[in-house]
Amino acid sequence: MTKNMTNKSYGLRPLFCYLICGVLFGAGLSISGMTDQNKVLDFLDLFGQWDPTLMFVMGGGVGITIIGYRFILKRPMPLWGNRFMLPISTVIDKNLVLGSILFGIGWGLYGYCPGPAIASLAHLHWETFLFAGAMVLGMFLRSKQEG
Amino acid sequence: MHDYLIALIGGAIIGLSASLMMLFYGRIAGISGLIWNVVQNSRSNFSSSGLFLSGMVLGTLCVAYITGIEPIPIDSNIFIIVLAGLLVGYGTKLGSGCTSGHGICGISRFSTRSIVATCIFMASGIVTVYFMRHLL
Repeated sequence: MTKNMTNKSYGLRPLFCYLICGVLFGAGLSISGMTDQNKVLDFLDLFGQWDPTLMFVMGGGVGITIIGYRFILKRPMPLWGNRFMLPISTVIDKNLVLGSILFGIGWGLYGYCPGPAIASLAHLHWETFLFAGAMVLGMFLRSKQEG
Repeated sequence: MHDYLIALIGGAIIGLSASLMMLFYGRIAGISGLIWNVVQNSRSNFSSSGLFLSGMVLGTLCVAYITGIEPIPIDSNIFIIVLAGLLVGYGTKLGSGCTSGHGICGISRFSTRSIVATCIFMASGIVTVYFMRHLL
C-alpha cells in the first residue's frame, strides 16, 4: 500500500466508498461477535469451554472473499486505480513468524486484534483507547527498529 | 437466529467489504496496515485509510444502536491492557498483518505467508489463553 491510486477525476465517490467499506467491515465485526472480547477468548480457549462461533466468522469472511477475489482479480485493473496492489513477498521469514507469535500473545491476553479494537472505540470505554494507544506505540517501536 | 448463522452472516459482510476494497481500489483490507497509514500520516493514504477506520466505528455504532447490544471491555488490569496493545501493534507491524490482512484477505488469495501467519497467531493465542485461564 505505497501509492494512492484514487484518481482525482472520479470526484469524491472513491473517498465516500472507503467510508462505506469501513461501515460494512465494522458492522460485520460487531454482528459476528468479534468485538466481544469474551467471545474471542472463549474461541481461543481450545482446551477449556471452547466456543467455535468465530470459526464461522472466518468461514463467512474467507468464503465470500475467495469468491469475490476470484472474479475481481480477473479484471485488468480495479475500478478506481491502475493496478491491484498485492503483497509480493512469498518468503516465510523470521519476522513473519516472530511477529505472528507476538501478535497472538497480545490477542490472547486481552481479546482484541486491530480491527475489533478500532471498531470498539465507538463505545467510548477508556480501556479500548488505552489498548489502541499502546498498539500504535508498538507499531512505532517496530518501525524505529527498521530505521 | 442461531449464533453460528449470525456469525456466518457477519463474516460474509466482512468478506464483502474486503472484496469491494479489491474491486474499487485494488487494496487489501488489512486493518493493521490501514492504522499505520493513518498514524504515520502517510501523505497518499491518510484520508482513504482514515475514512475506512472511521467507517468501522460508524458501522459498530449502527449495529449497537439497532441491536441494543454493546460489549463491555473485560476486566483486566492496566498493565495487561498496555502489554497486550504493545504486543499486538509490534507483532502485526513485524509480521506484516493481522487477522484481517493475513486471516481473511491473505488466505483468500491462497498466500502461503498468510496461511502460515494465521496458523501461528491462532496457535500463539490459544497457548496464551490456556496459560492465562488454566495455569495462572
